[in-house]
Amino acid sequence: MIIDLFIPCYIDQLYPQTGWNVVKILEKVGVTVNYNPQQTCCGQPTFNSGFWKQSRELAVKFIKDFPHDRPIVVPSASCGGYVKKHYIKLFEGDAAMQSECDRLARNIIELSDFLVNQVKVLELGASFPHKITYHDSCSSLREYKLKNEPRQLLANVQGLELVEMEENTTCCGFGGTFMVKYVPISTAMTQQKVENALRTGAEYIVSTDSSCLMNMQSFIDKQNLPIKTAHLADVLASF
Amino acid sequence: MSKQSHQFLNDAQRVAFDLEHRRKIKFNIGKYDLAVEKGRERYSHQPLAKQRAAFLKRRVLNRLPELLEELENNLVRNGAEVHWAQTDADVLKIIGEVARREQVKCVVKSKSMTTEEVELNHFFESMNVEPLETDLGEFIVQVAGEKPYHIVTPAMHKSKEDIDALFHQKFKTPSGSTPQELTAWVRNFLRQKFVTSEMGVTGANFLVADTGSVCLTENEGNALLTASLPRIHVVIAAIEKVIPSAKYLGLMWPLLSALGTGQQMTVYNSIFSSPRKPCESDGPEKMIVILMDNGRTNLYADHHLYEALSCIRCGACLNACPVYKNVGGYTYGATYSGPIGSLITPHFKGMQAFKHLSFASSLCGKCAEVCPVQIPIPDLLLENRRKSVESGCAPVGETIMFNMATLVMKRRALFNMNGNLKTMVSGLTMSKMLGNQKKFPKFAAKSFSVQWNNKR
Ligand code: SF4
Repeated sequence: MIIDLFIPCYIDQLYPQTGWNVVKILEKVGVTVNYNPQQTCCGQPTFNSGFWKQSRELAVKFIKDFPHDRPIVVPSASCGGYVKKHYIKLFEGDAAMQSECDRLARNIIELSDFLVNQVKVLELGASFPHKITYHDSCSSLREYKLKNEPRQLLANVQGLELVEMEENTTCCGFGGTFMVKYVPISTAMTQQKVENALRTGAEYIVSTDSSCLMNMQSFIDKQNLPIKTAHLADVLASF
Repeated sequence: MSKQSHQFLNDAQRVAFDLEHRRKIKFNIGKYDLAVEKGRERYSHQPLAKQRAAFLKRRVLNRLPELLEELENNLVRNGAEVHWAQTDADVLKIIGEVARREQVKCVVKSKSMTTEEVELNHFFESMNVEPLETDLGEFIVQVAGEKPYHIVTPAMHKSKEDIDALFHQKFKTPSGSTPQELTAWVRNFLRQKFVTSEMGVTGANFLVADTGSVCLTENEGNALLTASLPRIHVVIAAIEKVIPSAKYLGLMWPLLSALGTGQQMTVYNSIFSSPRKPCESDGPEKMIVILMDNGRTNLYADHHLYEALSCIRCGACLNACPVYKNVGGYTYGATYSGPIGSLITPHFKGMQAFKHLSFASSLCGKCAEVCPVQIPIPDLLLENRRKSVESGCAPVGETIMFNMATLVMKRRALFNMNGNLKTMVSGLTMSKMLGNQKKFPKFAAKSFSVQWNNKR
């Protein structure tokens, strides 16, 4: 099977190693990874800020960068959910573009969803002898509707102990530009999220979304807290 | 930045790190969460009830004009006086005239957000009429000189110790009184007022079109007394409260309780259909219903946002919202706070002044998840954001930033710039953007895309 890989902009820019871990996992399960290095960003930040014209331009580019009718695997439920649900709204009244959006909505799939439900691999042979807690990103939980898939994959990682934190369905305070525009609110939310994670005694907070992790890590770093963050792919690729 | 937006940021900054506030809200919402969870278990399938309620409310909106007309006809036929009020000023004009005509000196009120919207207490005070809140929570905030903190639990921000101290100071009740003792004191105090007030003002939880009735739901019996003891009963009702028939109350009342407080049913549920009839021994001589628009038709005209008028004001979205919990009810600076407040306030009170509320959300989606009438609040907040940008309300700096970002993202080249350089640039521009409790991460020296090009 050939898949197209979409590496969201913040993974591309901040955490390229996570991108490579995704490639490593996908190759392990026997799929051929096609990556178009021209890709940039799906446009979610502009859309969430109300800039539809700009979001449309980025969607057009995205559609051009992903021209095939085959799975587009993305290690982010947030970007995946956005493309799936909102692209179509950008092209109201434009049937041709909307059918392109349909093609993307049908094909774009978050990494753990792809592994568990499409290639049906639960065990990758990874070993990660650490205590972790799992953070459900709001977009994976409530927009993409992903809850069990990442946990199923983590349950098959050697040596890994998963401890759920209190209030594990509460937002970490990221929210895209919200994090910048409403610093005090975002920070108060992040503080409580990280406190809940720390209380589990976990060494790592693991999630499907690097955006949430980046937010939490920015707090952890500044406060020098004894916990780290890791993308699900970073854990699953430990083989 | 509007004055309201500035105020919002300042207040948010203050409240979000007020640990005492955090503790009280966590305690009170914690109790609420447990009750709601039990309430959910009482349903064999609560999502189906929500679906039905959502469908009913959308159907009402599709037929709103005719239902309102039917309601008016039936109210009038029952002997009630009906007024239409387009703005808050219209409501005050109407009720002020009634109060003057009837020489009203004292008004008892039951809990009602519409009266908050028009700032009725303030208005009555200005005309030397004494308004008195009779819902315990509302009474507490009135005594404290505050506004309701929450649309269902107005005194949520106060602990029992706070209330004891407040009553001790204002009424000389013995300090260290228990909640039971204080409640008994208030009950005694209010009884007198129910008997001597000339006017009782209530809102309406539902308006029944086919019988011309006003429905109230409450836990203390004070709304029942407010509507029935004084000579005049005035209802200030929002136009979207209408439902076709009383048969839907069997769905809506328990659902409102289940999400509002977690109760199976609120304790008192009353239906008022007319003033006292000649054959009846009690009840008000006059029943006056004011049907209030006050910005609702702005929402109604929009083919996405009109859904917000399905709201039954259960308060569940406030209790679920991490932003509400952190900034508290007052920070919103509006009658309606929390997710639903952020959604409707810009349309009630002006986009330019209140657009910031639609942005002050991480779009986490908990509100939509709990909403008994399935209002897709995050999607509608996004719609507000779009409207704000397209009506030219976006700050110039932000527009420039997004235009630049779009330009960059449309071409790969700038994205491939050396990471250390980007870290330096962002260090200059963004180091302060995350405040002093977070630190922006470093860019990778080479982006994934560059690395891919090099390796493959
Ligand atoms: S929007 Fe929904 S959850 Fe919020 S108060 Fe209205 S009905 Fe309740």
